[in-house]
Amino acid sequence: MIDLIKQYWQSYLWGSPTHVSGLAMTLWLTVSCCTMGFALALPLSVARAAGPSWIRWPIWLFTFVFRGTPLYIQLLIVYSAIYGLEFVRNTPGFGAFFKDALNCTILAFTVNTCAYTTELLTGAVKATPRGEVEAARSLGLSGISLYLRIVLPSALRRALPAYSNEVILMLHATSLAFTATVPDILKVARDANAEYYLPFPAFGIAALLYACLSVTFISLFRKAEQKWLKHLSTT
Amino acid sequence: MNKLAVENIHKSYGTTEVLKGVSLAARVGEVISILGSSGSGKSTFLRCINLLEQPNQGAIWLDDQEIKLRLGKQGMLRAENQRALQQLRTKVSMVFQSFNLWSHLTVLQNIIEAPVHVKKVSKPEAITKARANLAKVGLSSDVEKKYPAQLSGGQQQRVAIARALTMDPEVMLFDEPTSALDPELVGEVLKVIQALATEGRTMIIVTHEINFARHVSNRVVFLSEGKIEEEGPPDQVLERPKSERLVQFLSGTRWHRET
Repeated sequence: MIDLIKQYWQSYLWGSPTHVSGLAMTLWLTVSCCTMGFALALPLSVARAAGPSWIRWPIWLFTFVFRGTPLYIQLLIVYSAIYGLEFVRNTPGFGAFFKDALNCTILAFTVNTCAYTTELLTGAVKATPRGEVEAARSLGLSGISLYLRIVLPSALRRALPAYSNEVILMLHATSLAFTATVPDILKVARDANAEYYLPFPAFGIAALLYACLSVTFISLFRKAEQKWLKHLSTT
Repeated sequence: MNKLAVENIHKSYGTTEVLKGVSLAARVGEVISILGSSGSGKSTFLRCINLLEQPNQGAIWLDDQEIKLRLGKQGMLRAENQRALQQLRTKVSMVFQSFNLWSHLTVLQNIIEAPVHVKKVSKPEAITKARANLAKVGLSSDVEKKYPAQLSGGQQQRVAIARALTMDPEVMLFDEPTSALDPELVGEVLKVIQALATEGRTMIIVTHEINFARHVSNRVVFLSEGKIEEEGPPDQVLERPKSERLVQFLSGTRWHRET
């Protein structure tokens, strides 16, 4: 076990300039996918909550497909199936993009978390108290400024606790990345186990790292809630 | 000169006609109270004035200038463009029955939001005005950092009045401003509205407080089944009602003449 730790601790935790550690990769996957997924979900959710029907139903279909199918299958399709298409291989930009495992993984994870986040934010936007929207309208706010100034600030606050959940779930979901050969924490753990046949320490260390990341994210979100949800306390 | 005039407002929900041609003109500084039983269309009428409800027919004038309306979807009138609508709404501000303060903003943020982001008043100027108006509605400056949920209903409604005031409106609409309040909080809000009335503001008030209407208004309008049944000076309308419906309405309401 000491040998395992001696040889692999760097791979688990941090890497050299030429080698990214599992921890850094997992963190990168989580943060980049959640950031991009959130940025995409924001306009999608407003369009889904308040847009015309020709824009609402394609978004509904999108969230239905990506929430209705397993992430693992989505990853397989993006990583294996799409590159198998001849026209993708032959289109220079596409070919290079889909050849890279990390690109495919980030794409699949981003689209997946985007679908869940869209649904979550749509609910929050729809739950904006009617009277507050009316008050905003009665004071001359409308269109984009109504959304930017009143509806979204209110909806995002409402969505915060649920969104912290989504980020934690996404963190754990990134452990699928190893199936596309992306060297995240779990990939390092499997390599370590393959070499030393010590599953308990190999996977135990991985689990511990995921737990530490979870706790970090949870405490960050708790700080955010203290800052943004002050208005809910009645004292 | 009429500050605000609305003419022949019709409004239907589906096949139910809620307003059957209501007209009203308010002179500068006039305070008009609208009375009527539930379902008479008084709130709908008030909301048609600032186009929170879209009437099916009718016209609105502000300072003898007609607000340009066009027929939109489902036969409902809407402002011809966003600018016209915004102009109307920045000049005519509304106080709601359920306060409708933005719950995630502090009292001060609630008040300066529209002046700063709609009227483009500078922030320091808006804050100065907001504080003056908070004082005017009888709230001390230590409420300005509080959130709506931390205030009583009466305080929230007074903040809402300060929010409407800080727009420097030319007309104020009150939609049953005390109906959602505990009885012991009604007085503080009515006192504020009464003080505004004596300042010479043009106001239209939908209310159930008949005594208040009698004291505060120059004119009382009784709405029944989507039509103006009777209107005139408060003493005449409330003391010597002519129409049967108004007699019935007044006898069914608890109101005692103060002696």
